[in-house]
Amino acid sequence: MAIIFKPSPSLPPPVNSVGAVAWIKQNLLSSPLNVFLTLFSAYILYLLLPPMIQWGIIDATISGDTKSACTGGGACWTFIKVRFDQFMYGLYPPEEYWRVNLALVLLIINTGLFFVKSLNKMIVSLSIVLVYPIVAFTLFSGGIFGLEHVETSLWGGLFLTMLLGIIGIVASFPLGVLLALGRRSDMPIAKSVCVVFIETIRAVPLITIMFMASVMIPLFLPEGLNFNKLLRILIGITLFSAAYMAEVIRGGLQAIPKGQYEAADAMGLTYWQSMILVILPQALKLVIPGIVNTFIGLFKDTTLVYIVGMFDFLGIIQLANHDANWLGTTVEGYAFAGFVYWAFCFGMSRYSMAIERKLETGHKRN
Amino acid sequence: MTEHNMALAQLEQGEKTIIEFNDVNKWYGDFHVLKNINFSVKSGERIVVCGPSGSGKSTMTRCINRLEEHQKGEIIVDGITMNDNLKNIEAIRKDVGMVFQHFNLFPHLTILENLTLAPIWVRKTPKKEAEEIAMHYLERVKIANQAAKFPGQLSGGQQQRVAIARGLCMKPRIMLFDEPTSALDPEMIKEVLDVMVQLAEEGMTMICVTHEMGFAKTVADRVVFMDAGEIVEANEPHEFFNNPQHDRTQNFLSQILNH
Repeated sequence: MAIIFKPSPSLPPPVNSVGAVAWIKQNLLSSPLNVFLTLFSAYILYLLLPPMIQWGIIDATISGDTKSACTGGGACWTFIKVRFDQFMYGLYPPEEYWRVNLALVLLIINTGLFFVKSLNKMIVSLSIVLVYPIVAFTLFSGGIFGLEHVETSLWGGLFLTMLLGIIGIVASFPLGVLLALGRRSDMPIAKSVCVVFIETIRAVPLITIMFMASVMIPLFLPEGLNFNKLLRILIGITLFSAAYMAEVIRGGLQAIPKGQYEAADAMGLTYWQSMILVILPQALKLVIPGIVNTFIGLFKDTTLVYIVGMFDFLGIIQLANHDANWLGTTVEGYAFAGFVYWAFCFGMSRYSMAIERKLETGHKRN
Repeated sequence: MTEHNMALAQLEQGEKTIIEFNDVNKWYGDFHVLKNINFSVKSGERIVVCGPSGSGKSTMTRCINRLEEHQKGEIIVDGITMNDNLKNIEAIRKDVGMVFQHFNLFPHLTILENLTLAPIWVRKTPKKEAEEIAMHYLERVKIANQAAKFPGQLSGGQQQRVAIARGLCMKPRIMLFDEPTSALDPEMIKEVLDVMVQLAEEGMTMICVTHEMGFAKTVADRVVFMDAGEIVEANEPHEFFNNPQHDRTQNFLSQILNH
């Protein structure tokens, strides 16, 4: 008679392998080197943190309206407080700030619609990509519906930084996808156009492209035919990051096994169907870290518009630093700029990690 | 329709040639991988293709739905001549299902979405109907309870059965199998072969590249043996296994059957 096999019951793990003590043991004190590194880091923190807290919080001043209010010896946050509106909106007329705020609220609402289950995602995307930009531009620029016209040269501060960053990101992504597909295409002309474009753009520094956009292009265009400098800069930034984006995405496309392309082909899917439904969703997911890397780079690179005379967030802070009434507040300005850039970029990086986790479908090869 | 008429209709269908290879040649660079392949398959026929690795058996099979391009000769599938015309290729691919050695399920889609993708986008079947068809075939391969899972959560044998169901969802006239059990653990080969045997019994035209000689013996109408890019011999299974004509075939059979 055969013996019946019965699997042994699963037991819980030993107590000292879970919990806070185990975590400290495992992560901070697992080896002599690790113990040393833990102690060393603690010492560095001990050296750095107390003075920073002393300067930034305990001795800091935020009351008052002038430099003379800052007497504590610490940070003079009064400077940031007084100049806050300018840092946010640049030289945009203060009585029109509501237009920028309204556009931001509309953007948040429109993005929020993605999370409303009953709405078609396609319609929400179209409204963000097609309808929203027109509404936002009308609000920013004015000139119709009784809104006062505001020159783009007055747009500035965090408003300009976000404008450049968001439009750059939204426009360079699809362009990058097309360039990546083009570079891997079998069609010789499409392929060479993409290769030449990508390699040329990548071989040139962003500053050069900005100078081209702001100074050179108007020289080449015939008299009377000229378009807005902000738009030229935007196109420059978009093309620049699209080239980088294309290479990141090409990496993803190459990582998809040949069998996926073959299975899609064998089903009778057309080229675009197989790309959009089968290949790109997988390839883009693989390169989310690289894509977000490019986005973060682009967001920070927008500070270079300072060079061509536009006052983005960092630019306007630098300008304020030169104010004779506020001499000696450079550190506060840069600390504030650093914190805001950090918050945006850290947010993007966290968000990308959340997306990666959400898209995980259990086929990850560790 | 009377029983007699039905039998006649089946007979007629059985007479109809559905795949035809005329002097097909193919090269990979300088390497002559298919040499003068002449071969035809009738509707409802079950063909098993075997041979040593590198003999061109996979390549020949993949020429049928243009995953590989032939350079000389003529391939006619279901009355459509294979050429560079994308319309022809798409028309053929609609009617030819394929099952791969490594399953090639789409890992970002659920099992159900894997099955409905082609019917929805290629056949333009409404989503609801496509899902009903998909569930029907998932039940046939005995895996309907896994419909909401992702391929990465299934075992190899389950994935391959899903892949077969995915092919069937397009209601193809021909099914191609490219070594469907070669990447499976021994425990899982049988569950896949069972599905294939069932399919064969229902009269599907099948071309199957495999080393499962038991399957060939029980199911195949003809066994095709290839070596060095040529069809060495093709015969019905009983004759093929018991009375191989060529010494190359005898040699191959003795290699795989005696151990």
